[in-house]
Parts: sequence; structure tokens; C-alpha cells
Amino acid sequence: MITEAMILSAILFVIGTFGVLVRRNAIIMFLCIELQLNAVNLTLVAMSRLWGIDGQVFVFFVMTVAAAEAAVGLAIIISIFRHYETVNVDNFNLLKW
Amino acid sequence: MLASLAVLMQGGQEAPSGAGTFEPFFPGLVVLLPLLGFVLNGLLALSSARKSAATVRAGGEPELGGRGDRPLTHTLPSWIGPGVLFLAFLITLVNFTRAVGAGLEEPVVVSYWTWMATSTFTVDAALQLDALSLVMMMVVTGVAFLIHVFSVGYMRDDEGYPRYFSYLNLFVFFMLVLVMASSYPLMFVGWEGVGLCSYLLIGYWFGDREKADAGKKAFIVNRIGDFGFLVAMFLLFATFGTLDFVPLFETAPEVLVYGGGLVTAITLFFFLGATGKSAQIPLYIWLPDAMAGPTPVSALIHAATMVTAGVYMVARSSVLFALSPAASATVAGVGVLTALVAATIALKQYDIKKVLAYSTVSQLGYMFVGVGVGAYAAGIFHLMTHAFFKALLFLGSGAVIHSMHHAFHHTDSHEDPQDMRNMGGLRKHMPITFAVMWAATLAIAGIWPFAGFFSKDEIIWQVAAFGGAENAPYPGLYTLYWVVALAAAMLTAFYMTRLMVMTFHGGNRTGAQEAKHLHEAPAVMWIPLAILAFLSLFGGWVNVPEAIRTSALGLGGALPMTDWLHHFLEPVALEAHHIQEANLGELSHTAPFGGGEVVWAFISFLLAGTIVVVSSHFLRRQEVRAAKDDAEPTGFAKILYNKWYVDEIYEAVIVQPVLRLSRFCWKVIDAGVIDGTVNGVGYLARGFGWFGSLFQTGTVNTYAFVLSLGVLVILGVVIL
Repeated sequence: MITEAMILSAILFVIGTFGVLVRRNAIIMFLCIELQLNAVNLTLVAMSRLWGIDGQVFVFFVMTVAAAEAAVGLAIIISIFRHYETVNVDNFNLLKW
Repeated sequence: MLASLAVLMQGGQEAPSGAGTFEPFFPGLVVLLPLLGFVLNGLLALSSARKSAATVRAGGEPELGGRGDRPLTHTLPSWIGPGVLFLAFLITLVNFTRAVGAGLEEPVVVSYWTWMATSTFTVDAALQLDALSLVMMMVVTGVAFLIHVFSVGYMRDDEGYPRYFSYLNLFVFFMLVLVMASSYPLMFVGWEGVGLCSYLLIGYWFGDREKADAGKKAFIVNRIGDFGFLVAMFLLFATFGTLDFVPLFETAPEVLVYGGGLVTAITLFFFLGATGKSAQIPLYIWLPDAMAGPTPVSALIHAATMVTAGVYMVARSSVLFALSPAASATVAGVGVLTALVAATIALKQYDIKKVLAYSTVSQLGYMFVGVGVGAYAAGIFHLMTHAFFKALLFLGSGAVIHSMHHAFHHTDSHEDPQDMRNMGGLRKHMPITFAVMWAATLAIAGIWPFAGFFSKDEIIWQVAAFGGAENAPYPGLYTLYWVVALAAAMLTAFYMTRLMVMTFHGGNRTGAQEAKHLHEAPAVMWIPLAILAFLSLFGGWVNVPEAIRTSALGLGGALPMTDWLHHFLEPVALEAHHIQEANLGELSHTAPFGGGEVVWAFISFLLAGTIVVVSSHFLRRQEVRAAKDDAEPTGFAKILYNKWYVDEIYEAVIVQPVLRLSRFCWKVIDAGVIDGTVNGVGYLARGFGWFGSLFQTGTVNTYAFVLSLGVLVILGVVIL
């Protein structure tokens, strides 16, 4: 049972990582990051069967942070979109030097 | 009657022992009063400067004194400046009379506080009162007071009136520290302080580039001398472990070997300091330029007091100089050479103050000859009489320049008011100045019975006596010194007569319009002149040698006070004279070519007198053209007019190489090597930063990629 859950979450995490690395659309990248987070959540929940309740408690923290991150991240993406009228991250390269 | 009076006075000073002890009378106040004057006048100067700056900002002309109501800042210094000096003079006088009454055998040191103390070295802020410092204090406060009074008239219309008096008071403060100090370091404080005041006062009219430069020149040349003074102090401290005069001179004869290398080095370094301060070859060049300052300043600092500091210092260190015959011979040699060279330059100068400046250099040379042949009292004696008659000559020339300046000012002429070719015939316009200047001229020329006759002949005689001593170190050399000193004395008589004739005799060359505005100096200016003239006439009588006093030149003993100053200064130079007697034996009683003291005094008086009479007779007939019509001098006169081209030689040999070296240090070493290294480090850091910034692309994907790669690498390391 655990093995299957671990495989699933590994697949989800790799998909998420792949998406972050290859996609250029900010929204998609953002969703991929959420996918990574939830893949980890899945691992934690699965593992809590073996090591007790700690993993499940930790999931709540992750979800809270993810929610906050979603709020801030989406706000940033919206304001960037208003400015550039695009969400392609290749255009956003001012943050250097 | 006169003879009995003389015996009385003689008796009074020949019984010093047991006549009581000397009680110093507030010696600290003598020093502090001029300092107080400096502070008060300085505050007035600041307030006056602020006010005139405000007026200029408001678009108005700065208010000049002398037009209508003078502000308080310009009237108070007239009282404060001379006032504090008068009080200081009175206190000095009390001390002096007490010292004369009590017979001052041992120096009295009044210590106030410890100035600096380390484990091995302590210097007290202490004043030393002995015969030498008391004589110097009398000269400094007395002459300075008269010159301050004169300045009230001379500087009346000057905008910086309070500033002028504050500097002048500060100068007197430092000069008194110099002569009253009881140790070399404290003396050095005064030594540097008078140099500073000299700089401030030469460049008093600093708006004029030339005058500011003259101040700088004086300061820099003096620094070279000060270096010598410092090195000498270091050597003394390394040898003795103390720099206080009293213990130093007590132990010196035992610690130092007579004629040894160490004492010669110490004294020669001290003498280097003296050549700077007292304008001797090779460092005399600043003094003629120092005439850029106001004329009373020239009288006080550059004739009567500061420039004699070197002579005072050598006399103060008499024990050390007596221990080194080579250094003493150098002192006398430089002195006699300076006396001659400066006198030759003075022959062909046209600027009245330049003539007097070279004359001062020349007379300072005589003083060094005196202290160089062990006649310390004679050197100080000439210092004193010179202070009287040279201050008088400078102040008299100041009165003349004052008058000339007004005359040219009234007609908006731009002629030089200091050029003697523009003067002539001033005796009709300024009879008092004319009379007192002649008194000073006769004094400096060595005409009997004026002060200079006694002091200068004393020195010349001492050269002969010293050179003829049993074991004289370099007898031939001293004979040469003696001849040159006599020759320079004759030149003195000539150039001073020339100055007087060109200025006061003959027809007036100022111009018809201008001549109407020539006027006699006001009372505040001529009264100090009259007092100085009195001193120039009778000041020499305090030290008439016994032999001369009993001869015809002493009116068969009618002159008072045989060798009074000599006896008074005796305790100061006692140790030096012991050393001299032990090593040189008895001094000679005949000059190199025969004849005694009286004979040669008479000969030099006759020669000088003849030169004055004959040259004034011929010079009066010689036609002098006003400066603007006059031709350039030619031939040998041109060399003398250009001061033997010494300034040009120094410029080429010393100033330019130093400038080139400085420029090399600036352009190559500083701007190239040092700045290059510092900037190079900066550029290097910048380069690294630029290289590092290449990794910051700003695109999110790159960062995400590198991040993932990093995680993979870490994972790989952890797992494998």
C-alpha cells in the first residue's frame, strides 16, 4: 500500500518538476509547484501510517503555507500581467545584477 | 663731579656679593600680559572682521578706519596693544633694578608647572631670570612698547588694525617665552612662535600675492634652520638626559670633550638654527623679502628682536660653543662673511627698506662674530645697541614711507613710495625724522660717541684679541676676520650715508604736486623716534671698555659705567670664559698689525667719520633721477643691485630641483604607483563582480534549473 502511494507521489513530483523546468507560462509553472507540494503531502500522509500523526499535522502546515503562497503568487502574476500583458516568464528578466 | 658720579656707579655694581638676594617680581606676568593683549585684540579683530564681511555681503564698501568715527574695534587696540607692553616693561624694570641691586650671580628659575613628564624626561614650564634674560627682556619689552606706540600712528588707516595689534602682541609673548625659557624645549616653543608671528605679519597684507609669498619664503627658510635646532636638541638629550639650562651647562665641561666631535656637531646644528632665524649665510635670503610686511613689523621683528634670537641662543649656549673652537670659528666666519656680503649688497639697493634689511643682516653678522670669538657680552651689547638704532632707522623710514604714501595717494600716483630715487630733500618736510635718522645713522656707522661706536668696536677689537691669544686655534684666520670686519664697518658708513643723502638731502624728486602733501609724522610717531634717538646716542655708554674710558675717547674717564654690561653679564658667560682661558690662554693686547684697543678704536672712528663726511659731500652733488627715469644699473653695480644673484642661484640649484623632485613624487610615485595600486585593487574587485554577475540572468527558468540541478547533486552525494 505504502509502496504504491510512494510511486504515485514520485510520479506527481516528477511531473511537477518537469513542468516548472520546461513550461514558460507563469500560471502553469505555479500549478506545477502546487503539484510538487501536494506530491510531498501525499508522501507525508502515507508515511504517517508508519511513524505516527506527525506527518499529517505537517501536511496542514504545508497546505496553509501553500494557500498563502497561492494568494501572494497569483497577486504577483496578475500585476505582472497587467503590466506586460503576458505571463511568459522569459519576458521577466529585470531581476538581475 | 662727573668722575665721582662714575665712581659711585662703578662702586655700586662692583659689590654684588652680599648685597642681598634677588627676589623675582611676577616674572610670569611679563609673559602673560602680551598674551592677554593678543586675546583681547584678537577678539576685537574677529568681531571687526565679521562686521566688515557683513557689510561686503550687503553690497557696501568695508568700513575703513580713519574716515570719520572709528569703530570701537579700531580704537581699543590703540590702548590695549601698547598698554600691556608698558605694564610688562614696568615689571621687567622692577626685576631688572632688583637684579642690579642684588647682584645676580646664579640664575633664578621660577617653575610654574610640569609641562611634560615621561620616565626619563621632564620639562617644566619654567622661566629663568639671569643677567642675560633680563637684558633681553628689557630690550624686547622696551623696544616693543615704543614700536607699538609708533604703530598706533602708522597703521591708523588700516582696515585690519585690531588684527595687526593682536599679531604684534602675540609676537612679543613668544619672544619673551624664547628669552625667558629655562630649557631648550620651552625656548623652542618661543622660537617657533616668533617664526609663526613673523610669517603672519610679513603676509599681513595677504591679498597681495607677492607679500603672501614673502611670508611663505620666510617660514620655509626658517624651517630649514629649525631642523638644525631640533637635531641639536636630540643630540643634547641623548648625551645629557636633560634639556634644562642649569644642569646642562653645569655638567657640560665634564661630559663633553674640548674640541670633540660631538660638541662640534651639537653646536653646528644649533648654529644652523641660528642662521635661519638670524638671517645669516646661507639662510639670510628671507629677511630682505620680509620687508613686505608693515614697516613697524620690520623694525620690531626683522631688526630689533626676533632676528637676534640666534645671537641670544649662541650666547645662552656659550658653554657649548666655548667647548668647540671649530664651531666658534664657523660662527665667527659666517658672521664676518655675512657682514661683508650684505654690506656690499646694501650699497646698490634703491628701496629704502631693502637697504636697511641688508644692513640688518650685516649687523647680525657682527653679533655672530662677537659671540663666535667668545665675546658673548660684546655680542649681546651690539644686539642691544642695534635694537635701538636699527629700530629707529626702520621706524624713521616708516615715517618717510608714510609721508610718501600719503603724497602719492593724494595725487593718485602709482610711483613706489619706498624707492629712494623718488625721495630727496625730505629734510625740509620732515625735520624731526631727519634729525633722529641721522642720529641712528651715525650710531650704526660707528661714530663716536654714539652707541654703535662702542658696541661695534668692542666686537672688532675682540676678534683681534682672540686671534692673538697664546694658543688661538686658527690665528691667521682671525686676522682675516678682523680685516674683513673692519672693511665691512667702512661699507656700513658708506651705504648709510648714501641712504640719508638720497632720502633727505638734495632736491626733491617726488614731483611738484606730490611734494605739497609731504608732512612730518604725527606726535604718536615721532615721540618714540625721539626716545630711540636718545638711546642710540647714550645707549653705548653702559659698556665703555676701561682702556677707552680712560683715553681721550672716554673724555679721560668722564663717561660713566666702565664695562658695566660686561660685568653684569659676567656670571652667564663665566663658565665659557673659564674654558676659553684654560685652553687658549691669555687674550692678546695688541691687534695683528700692532696698536692697542684705543688706537684701533680711534682709527676706525676716524675712517668711518671720514667716509661719512666725504661720501655725503660727493653724493650730495651726484645727480639722482627719479625711479621712472632712471637707467638700469650696469657692470658691477648691476651684480650688487641684483644681490649677487643669490636668489637666482638658489632658485636654480635648490628650489627647481626640489620642485622637480616633488613633481616626480607627485606624478610618478603618488599618482602612478600609490594611486595605481589602490585603484588597481578596486578595479580587480569590480572585475570579479562583473564576472559573477554573468550568472544572474534574471530569467526564472535558469534559476529553477540550477536549483533542481543543485538538489540532484546533493541528493547524489548523500545517497551515493
